[in-house]
Amino acid sequence: MFTGIPILSLITFIPLFGALALIGMSRLSKAEGKEQIEKNAPRVALVTTLAVFALSLLLVLNFDTTTSQHQFYEEMEWLGGGIKYRMGVDGISILFILLTAFLTPLCIVASAKSVKTRILEYMVAFLVLETLMIGVFCALDMVLFYLFFEAVLLPMFIIIGVWGGKDRVYAAYKFFLYTLLGSVLMLAAMLWLYHYSGTVGAPTTDIRELAKLDIPTGAQTWLWLAFFASFAVKMPMWPVHTWLPDAHVQAPTAGSVILAGILLKLGGYGLIRFSIPMFPDASLYFAPFVFWLSIIGIIYTSLVAYRQEDMKKLIAYSSVAHMGFVTMGIFAVNMQGMQGAIFQMISHGIVSGALFFAVGVIYDRMHTREIAFYGGIVKYMPMYAAVFMLFTMANVGLPGTSGFVGEILTMVGAYQVNPWIAVGAASGMVLSAVYALHLYREVIFGEVKNDKLEGIKDLTGREIFIMAPLVVMTILLGIYPSLVTDITAVSVEALLADFNAKIGN
Amino acid sequence: MGQFSYLAGEAVLAISALALLMVGVFAGKRSVSIVRYGSIIALLIFAFAGYVFNDQGTAFGGAFIADSFGHYVKTLLGLTAAAALWFSRSYFQREKLDQFEYSILLLFAVLGMGTMVSSGNLLSLYIGLELQSLALYVMATFNRDSLRSSEAGLKYFVLGALSSGLLLYGMSLIYGFTGSIAYDGIAQYLSGHEHVSGGVVAGLVFMLSGLAFKISAAPFHMWTPDVYEGAPTPVTGFFAGAPKLAALALITRLVTGPFGGIEQSWQQVLVALAVLSMLVGAFGALTQTNIKRLMAYSSIANMGYALVALSAGGQAGVNGMLIFMSIYLVTIVGTFACILQMRTRDGMVENISDLGGLSKDNLPLAIIFSALMFSVAGIPFFVGFFGKWFAFAPAFGSGLAWLVVVALLASVVGAFYYLRIIKTIWFDDQVQSFVKAPPSLAVLSSVSALLLFPVLLLPFVASPVLALIERAASSLF
Repeated sequence: MFTGIPILSLITFIPLFGALALIGMSRLSKAEGKEQIEKNAPRVALVTTLAVFALSLLLVLNFDTTTSQHQFYEEMEWLGGGIKYRMGVDGISILFILLTAFLTPLCIVASAKSVKTRILEYMVAFLVLETLMIGVFCALDMVLFYLFFEAVLLPMFIIIGVWGGKDRVYAAYKFFLYTLLGSVLMLAAMLWLYHYSGTVGAPTTDIRELAKLDIPTGAQTWLWLAFFASFAVKMPMWPVHTWLPDAHVQAPTAGSVILAGILLKLGGYGLIRFSIPMFPDASLYFAPFVFWLSIIGIIYTSLVAYRQEDMKKLIAYSSVAHMGFVTMGIFAVNMQGMQGAIFQMISHGIVSGALFFAVGVIYDRMHTREIAFYGGIVKYMPMYAAVFMLFTMANVGLPGTSGFVGEILTMVGAYQVNPWIAVGAASGMVLSAVYALHLYREVIFGEVKNDKLEGIKDLTGREIFIMAPLVVMTILLGIYPSLVTDITAVSVEALLADFNAKIGN
Repeated sequence: MGQFSYLAGEAVLAISALALLMVGVFAGKRSVSIVRYGSIIALLIFAFAGYVFNDQGTAFGGAFIADSFGHYVKTLLGLTAAAALWFSRSYFQREKLDQFEYSILLLFAVLGMGTMVSSGNLLSLYIGLELQSLALYVMATFNRDSLRSSEAGLKYFVLGALSSGLLLYGMSLIYGFTGSIAYDGIAQYLSGHEHVSGGVVAGLVFMLSGLAFKISAAPFHMWTPDVYEGAPTPVTGFFAGAPKLAALALITRLVTGPFGGIEQSWQQVLVALAVLSMLVGAFGALTQTNIKRLMAYSSIANMGYALVALSAGGQAGVNGMLIFMSIYLVTIVGTFACILQMRTRDGMVENISDLGGLSKDNLPLAIIFSALMFSVAGIPFFVGFFGKWFAFAPAFGSGLAWLVVVALLASVVGAFYYLRIIKTIWFDDQVQSFVKAPPSLAVLSSVSALLLFPVLLLPFVASPVLALIERAASSLF
């Protein structure tokens, strides 16, 4: 269907053109026209992102699940010296594109009312952000990947800094510098890889070619660590997770959704795309180290989450715990672990995004996220309580929701490596029930202790519009996980086959 | 055409400088604009003369070298100098400093730079360098009624004279130990001797120290913040650009030409300069509140990055340095065009906090300024990132991976203070409104931001430019 059309470039850059159009229109119009454009900015953004969603849905429908080759491949001369503009998707990356295209329109809808100032710039920032996020998953060239991966920081920095809460500047700085520090180490490793590819053949930055390189074990160790520094901060893994709660608490609702839904996945995606195939020996060598970090992360952050007084912070810590399952699954390097990790990322993207939306709903009404402030709102918001219940259960990993599939798969994967790892992770699951149910009970049930809650309105049409697709996806993926695993299976198999062949010799 | 075509650009500069000086002297105040536009035209001719004739060879018995490297560097020099002259106009007019001598001085400075870049022996090197420096000293004090400006000029002069002394002493040592002042003569002597005598190395170190003053590489950077702060802003903008490139190109010529055979001797020096510059630049800027001082430290750090490329040596290193510097110069022109727009009704302001809330007041300027800062911080999608990529990549071939890691870590520290500017622009409350900028500045800042952002990324722009740089670098080997 898409022969001859650079579909990936289209999907990637349509939001950017939407952003440019918005800026252009507002610059060119006169004062009173400007107000009109400000008002219409969310609509323009929504149409743009919906177009992207439609295209990426078509992309997934046209995706050939029987081959591990990268599809919809595009290549163009760029900077010379083996650095080319290469785009392509395989089973591992395509679903993240869909996830991004799915969440962004919801964010736009959610922000249209809740953002009061500089709405036009806000929409521009989100559209640019969407371009960059989709770009990360499409890029098949190392330089291109780094460009997108790193540039994501810019709009997010602005979103947190301009539209964030009270300590937004501190949070924005911490977010930016933390991730930048990790990334520059990865950049050094990339430069090394580029140089090395030049010593054994023509220099290249093609990710697929680099994965075929036979890198000396000693060098692999350093490269793995450098890449890990970047991805672990992005994930984020314990103990480099401390930027995340700050960023989440300060970011506006939609910013938190994107942060939890997509940006955290960049780290996991990077591990699967770079660390495992390019540095198999080092990955094997460091796997126990990663397991330890993951288990400590899962248990520690779950305990920390329980003690939080801010709803967003609680969910942020629970994100760190859930990402622990992802790293554990990836470094189990077997079918279940890897599939589970990808599934967990997709599912967490939906569920944590939904939870942040849910917090946003009551924050918009009461302007506080303090858990103690609330209590008994089931009385006034029954529909909200039901929706929140579903996402809480998905967060805990209740069977029948998408959260269960990812966690069980990663644990099965880890069990094959070492049962004790699975034991650690399972205890994390119990703890997740503790903090999630605690949150639910404190906020939704109990006596109405606060008069201000009197007459709080249930979900509006706009909010139902946002929640409905998330509810559907959470349940659908929970009862029919093959939707995801069928698409990823062949690519994951190929990845594992390559890995085993490499460590075999 | 013979030898004339080799130095056609320099000849045009020299003749037009003298002619315009006469115009200025006889026509007085009225001629300021004529002299300025004449100078800009002369600079543009200078910029492209090399490529028009496109000759390779030497003139004056080897004292003057014309090659692709020189052509490319002179193109950059001419263009940035023309831009610097262009953005000085509105500033000098409003500050009532508009005098024709400024254009003439700038022409002589560029003439000196051209001579430096094309020098074929130690004498033409020194003549070029001094011609440049003397013009720059005067330019620094151009606002002679201002205490800060005079102080800046004096500091620059005293330290510059010291560095010239170091350079001369180094040259005399080189001459004494090799018996030649010509670059190829020195190279011949060094290749004929297995063991490099300590005298040559000492001479080399003195020469590099003298030149390090000119590019304000640490530990020879002390003058930079004061001079940058004190000099009139357009002059600072000029200082941060063209002279740096000229001195770097001269160092490149030295280490690839006469001293190409003793790489291990100069590599250590350049590595030390690079590390110190990056660290001083990164940490020194953290506490600055004046944007010109901040740019001074930023330029120190950037010279460090350029030296990383150069110390890798070889054609790839020179290539990386040229790419890095090309991008750096575009950024500098744009940044100073922005700084010159920081004018309130009461006059120029130069504190970073004065930028507060710029994004609410003047969105285009805010976007351009942020783009320039993100670029110089090396954040991807802005071309500054590619400057770093190409500058650091060669170092891996020379076993200097650790240097790259240091450079990248320093750039994270650097990102902090560039971010502070962006934070002030976007997050802080508005302090004041700037007056409407003259179109010349707005155009210049927009053009350089455009150059930085998408244009250079497009393959049909990037490939020819990269090919040009590649050819320039290869002409040295």
